[in-house]
Amino acid sequence: MNDMTPIKTTPKDWETDQEVRWCPGCGDYAILKAVQRTMPDIGGTPENTVFVSGIGCSSRFPYYMETYGFHTIHGRAPAVATGVKLANPDLDVWVISGDGDALSIGGNHTMHLLRRNLDCQFLLFNNEIYGLTKGQYSPTSREGTRSPSTPFGSVDRPATPCAFALGAGARFVARTYDVAKQTVDVLKAAHAHKGASFVEIFQNCIVYNADVFGGFTEKANQNHQLWLENGKPMLFAGGTKGITMDMKSLSLQVVDVVDGNWEAAGVIVHDVTNRAVAHMLVEMPFGAFPMALGVLYDDPRPTFDSAVIAQNEAVAAGKTPDLQKLISTGQTWTVDA
Amino acid sequence: MATAARIDATDTTALETSEAVVVRFAGDSGDGMQLTGGQFTLSSALAGNDFATFPDFPAEIRAPLGTLFGVSAFQINFGSTEIETAGDAPDVLIAMNPAALKTNVKDLKPGGLIIADSGEFTARNLAKAEYDANPLEDDSLGKWQLIQFNISQLTMDAVKPFGLGNKEALRCKNMWTLGLALWMFDRDRQPIIDWLNEKFAKNPVLANANIAALNAGHAYGETAEIGQPGTVAIPQRHVNAAPVEPGLYRTITGADAVAYGLVAGCQLAGVPMFFGGYPITPASSILHALSRLKEYGVTTFQAEDEIAAIASAIGASYAGQLGVTSSSGPGIALKTEAIGLAVMTELPLVIVNSQRGGPSTGLPTKTEQSDLYQAVYGRNGDTPLPVIAARSPSDVFDCAIEAVRIATQFMTPVILLTDGYIANAAEPWKVPDMSSYQPFPVTFLDHVPEGGFKPYGRDNKLARPWVKPGTPGLRHRIGGIEKQVDTGHINYSPENHQAMTDLRKNKVDGIANHIPDQDVCLGAAGGKLAMVGWGSTYGAVHQAVRRARAKGLDVSHIHIRHIWPMPNNLGELLHSFDQVIVPEMNTGQLKTVLRDQYLVDAKPLNKVSGQPFRIAEIEAAIEGALA
Ligand SMILES: Cc1ncc(C[n+]2csc(CCOP(=O)(O)OP(=O)(O)O)c2C)c(N)n1
Ligand code: SF4
Ligand SMILES: [Mg+2]
Repeated sequence: MNDMTPIKTTPKDWETDQEVRWCPGCGDYAILKAVQRTMPDIGGTPENTVFVSGIGCSSRFPYYMETYGFHTIHGRAPAVATGVKLANPDLDVWVISGDGDALSIGGNHTMHLLRRNLDCQFLLFNNEIYGLTKGQYSPTSREGTRSPSTPFGSVDRPATPCAFALGAGARFVARTYDVAKQTVDVLKAAHAHKGASFVEIFQNCIVYNADVFGGFTEKANQNHQLWLENGKPMLFAGGTKGITMDMKSLSLQVVDVVDGNWEAAGVIVHDVTNRAVAHMLVEMPFGAFPMALGVLYDDPRPTFDSAVIAQNEAVAAGKTPDLQKLISTGQTWTVDA
Repeated sequence: MATAARIDATDTTALETSEAVVVRFAGDSGDGMQLTGGQFTLSSALAGNDFATFPDFPAEIRAPLGTLFGVSAFQINFGSTEIETAGDAPDVLIAMNPAALKTNVKDLKPGGLIIADSGEFTARNLAKAEYDANPLEDDSLGKWQLIQFNISQLTMDAVKPFGLGNKEALRCKNMWTLGLALWMFDRDRQPIIDWLNEKFAKNPVLANANIAALNAGHAYGETAEIGQPGTVAIPQRHVNAAPVEPGLYRTITGADAVAYGLVAGCQLAGVPMFFGGYPITPASSILHALSRLKEYGVTTFQAEDEIAAIASAIGASYAGQLGVTSSSGPGIALKTEAIGLAVMTELPLVIVNSQRGGPSTGLPTKTEQSDLYQAVYGRNGDTPLPVIAARSPSDVFDCAIEAVRIATQFMTPVILLTDGYIANAAEPWKVPDMSSYQPFPVTFLDHVPEGGFKPYGRDNKLARPWVKPGTPGLRHRIGGIEKQVDTGHINYSPENHQAMTDLRKNKVDGIANHIPDQDVCLGAAGGKLAMVGWGSTYGAVHQAVRRARAKGLDVSHIHIRHIWPMPNNLGELLHSFDQVIVPEMNTGQLKTVLRDQYLVDAKPLNKVSGQPFRIAEIEAAIEGALA
């Protein structure tokens, strides 16, 4: 392919010649495919795209993308990505991380990247387990998870990544799962959002945590998926159920929708800029409620990188850098010959 | 009011001349002693003296008033000859309260002069300083000369016309004291007056009050000299200008010098700088200084922690700017894993360590040289990287340029060691002519070279190419997993790991061919004894060797800037001496490295008290070795 005129690409152009080393059946494959299918649609150019990852099965990702890539150290991808973006804001930066990488060892960096609103796509592959280190429980593992390090079941409460992201001040929060056909659209929306776009992708670790998401991903259970669309009513189960707001308790409730008459049932319309409702959607306990998927929140604010560059330029404007002069100021005196 | 002093009446007709004088200003941390010291330093510079200073302040931000741990001191050594250290023992101690007297008087030379503010020697302050009796009134200060008067009251009297509140009026005490000090050393007041007018431009009342206090202190010296009743005669001395090369001079602290040096290095390399930092004493001042230099192509980023600071700098280096980070021991420890990543990915990076007393939080405001092992060896794996150590505030400028040169020319992280003493101390600096520095422009690879693009291909210095993301045709992936020779693909094979380990080592070892040979800064290149130092012990070692040589002793001074790799000739040089002594502010770290590298019987001379070496301590070691 001609590197100088990267006008139109195909998913194939985004594949590397590196042998992909995930376990057969791992959800990471589907995510890789979805990203490779997304790139042509967003008009990306491979040389202007950088994938930055931490450590974990998920963080192998950059090796398989025919772009620039940096497989960094455990938990630190957000910080490395911040340096990349500040040094060259023209680059399209994608951060790839796992639940352990982003929320355990790197939780601090994730929080600050979101708080600052660095312009990038932040994909968190949540398999609710430490895959690469052979299956210890993770900060997103459900209570009671039996793993090599918790043979009698974990006793601590898991973190909810999207709630964490909203709490950290993220301006774009979305959720999808590895094999969902909607993933490409979610990624496109994430890319269209200017700022830090946080996307949690439920990913099946077939070896250490198989089918933990089966409750809503399996064919028979897809009625438990609530796909959110801006301006559309919050309907699921083929339009037979919806989400309403109980005005007395100010909480969400599931209602039956009869004959498609969602208005009569009081089903609310999704407004991606409603932060309070976004908080409620990500906190809905699964079981009594469906799993909220799609773009949960999208309300852009100025980005960190643009603010840094703007201040650098404003402060430097009208000043001529003169190092000789700089080092010659302060408490000076002249010794005559 | 002034009381009688136990001092002989001085002959006031002829002004005594001294070659060098050491003065220490000590007071409560709220007394403005650092400011007084700084301005006295400026005055010394303008008088043409050579000088060195040493600020010593408490770790607490606002230590309780009058306490022993709240004492802040500033020492200056100024003279008409070459001055290398802030001086061993003060000739004059100005003590603004009992705590300042108590913590500092033991350092004063026997027969030295104490000037004390008797107004602060109240029962309460004496108790806070744990004095059972007022030392100004018993014989406990007998081996020194003591002059005491009520500086607090004299200051209040002087600033009365300006109608300041009690607290504000007393704040002018330091200017009164400075005025007196200026008189004592026959100095011009005008530059200080100009400075006060500028500093308080927005508040002329404060400016005038401070100037009045300054003038009153000065006048006190004068009237005391002619024996006004109720005053105490104070000795006055003159220190001649030091013979120095003509040119433009300025005072410089190590913190400023490292910031300027990094900017200069990046200009010579032709790359913008990205500085990722996280506040820590005594390194924060570098972040502060650089954050004001945006027009020089500097982006500063105060990260969420030390790890993010270096990780962001690595990201910036990957994207084509020079990443720089700085910290002190505890922060460098946190950065360790990321330094390994920079070694593995062979990206340029400068890491400045302003060393402080350790281990752990240690002594944040005190100086030490105990991070040499950390710099040279402190990483997992076989992870070599170059280490440079600066010897003085002005030397840091050149060392920072050298660090940038090596980082960008060899595609490697470089550690630059300074310390708390260098960061805070000020010394005169002959402003260099920037056009005399040889540029070392970076070339980014921007096209597919003949034979194809190899991300881990190498030039004749074994450096890999620096490629900016965004460059067509050169897409590649890097990371911390072992790289295949040339291609940079993941490779775990035994032969490849051996080959890459050797390459990384050989690249860093090879830097020795691109640095100057080790020089001998004083004495012959062989003989009975070499004193081998590094870092901020330079001044003390140098003066000690000079004094010993003046006594006819066969001793030389070698000071190592390139700690890793070491200059090619160093081994041979060390072996041309019968004895090698390594004075350092740690338990013998360079000594151990030298013994390991050159099988030389280097002996340690150690001091780990948070205080710099005294010249006399090193002199004694020289005399002991050659006795
Ligand atoms: C500093 C450090 N500590 C520990 C590890 C070991 N380690 C590698 S990956 C990982 C956890 C990965 O879990 P996650 O981020 O969820 O990624 P996954 O493998 O599940 O995709 C751990 C603990 C490491 N590489 N570095
Ligand atoms: S361990 Fe789990 S997450 Fe890792 S590659 Fe295998 S299936 Fe995927
Ligand atoms: Mg995981």
